[in-house]
Amino acid sequence: MNIHTPQTEDIELDLLVEAIYRKYHYDFRDYSAASLKRRLLQAREHFHCQTFSALQERVMHDTDLLPKLLGYLTIQVSEMFRDPTFFRALREQVVPHLRTYPSLKVWVAGCSAGEELYSLAILFREEGLEERTMFYATDINTTALRKAEAGVYDLDRIALFTANHQKSGGKSSLSDYYTAAYGAAVFDKSLRKRTVFSDHTLASDAVFAEVHLVCCRNVLIYFNRELQDRAVGLFKDSLVRRGFLGLGAKESLHFSAHAADFAELNREERLYQKRA
Amino acid sequence: MNESKKRSHIQALVIGGSAGAVGALMQLLPGLPGGFPLPVFIVIHLPPDDKGTLAGLLNSQCQMIVQEAEDKEPIRPGVISLAPANYHLLVERDFSFSLSQDDPVFYSRPSIDVLFESAADAYGSALAGVILTGASADGARGLQAVHRAGGRTFVQDPATAEVPTMPQAALAACPQAHVLPLSQLARTLCALALPTELHASLS
Repeated sequence: MNIHTPQTEDIELDLLVEAIYRKYHYDFRDYSAASLKRRLLQAREHFHCQTFSALQERVMHDTDLLPKLLGYLTIQVSEMFRDPTFFRALREQVVPHLRTYPSLKVWVAGCSAGEELYSLAILFREEGLEERTMFYATDINTTALRKAEAGVYDLDRIALFTANHQKSGGKSSLSDYYTAAYGAAVFDKSLRKRTVFSDHTLASDAVFAEVHLVCCRNVLIYFNRELQDRAVGLFKDSLVRRGFLGLGAKESLHFSAHAADFAELNREERLYQKRA
Repeated sequence: MNESKKRSHIQALVIGGSAGAVGALMQLLPGLPGGFPLPVFIVIHLPPDDKGTLAGLLNSQCQMIVQEAEDKEPIRPGVISLAPANYHLLVERDFSFSLSQDDPVFYSRPSIDVLFESAADAYGSALAGVILTGASADGARGLQAVHRAGGRTFVQDPATAEVPTMPQAALAACPQAHVLPLSQLARTLCALALPTELHASLS
């Protein structure tokens, strides 16, 4: 029997994911299996391993390998004001509600390198809400979190960020918020002075604060249905009554166990409001 | 699933194409009858900001239901699902869809290879794959994966393709694929999917 039959490979893949969980407590067991396999195949090739078993041996005995492997397992595709119409809807339909609270908490779940966080911080400043708001920016990947805390982006991405910001109904110029130096845009640290960055995984950690808005965009698509239900359950428990949830452009609560606990505020932009 | 594998009966159909493929789909898909029993998954290369109008357009021309695939949506027979622009479409083992924003493949997201390889993992020999016109090598590895899993493979005759690059690349990677002109594809797919007597009554 050929040792490379899919069945053998699938057993090895399960064991690798289990080993990473048991040794390092990073839990990818309930990630979407098809895309997880794809990314692990890329990692396997990168680390010149013939099999997932060989990759497992490397990651078990070489702890320096783990951060690099995590880079393959967590997706860091984002941009500032990504899907500008989402941010426009946030301004027009959510901000008026948020204004009625004397103090606000916002959770950016799966903040990656921080693009979404800075977008929200700028939007909140433009809307005059920043001074009363505390932001929580969480991610499973500590390397990404450090990037988020630094707030430094390649200058060649700024044209896109600027165009997005304008389309989102931006009331200022994006250039007000960064200084360009050595091919990089360094975002003003005052934007994150009200942000707590924290290592948090939706797969096993608990709710840590009561918040008014959760933004978790293009994170849930990497989870299977059970883990999606767990994550949305955390958002539900974290949100105040009538609090708001923003998902990615192709994510919905359509197939969620918690669908009945939320009302669709803006179906097209995937904005939800927790029912009272 | 194991039962169907034994009978080597096709349970799903994947189609990929790029340049010229919208026209090819407009010719191919209306030829599939309303009672076509298989789920059909399609990746067409589209610009990232495409608003998903193609599904609506095809739906108005087809007897089958045509929609954009949603993340974690259970797969339904008789429905044609398109990958949304800027997302890869993958098939899970539990026969639901996943979307992802992993890196583009051959500069393309969605990628035909990503769809075909995941569908071959899920369906094994019960999958049929079709590569249409296009100006990229995306899909060649994917069609090879369908063949290796024991599935059926088809390539639009490069001579009848608006752009022959993609069918040629697919044939180079998977020489076992059946080469067919676009005009014969719908009938061939019906023959694969439908019981013989029903197919005879349609033709």
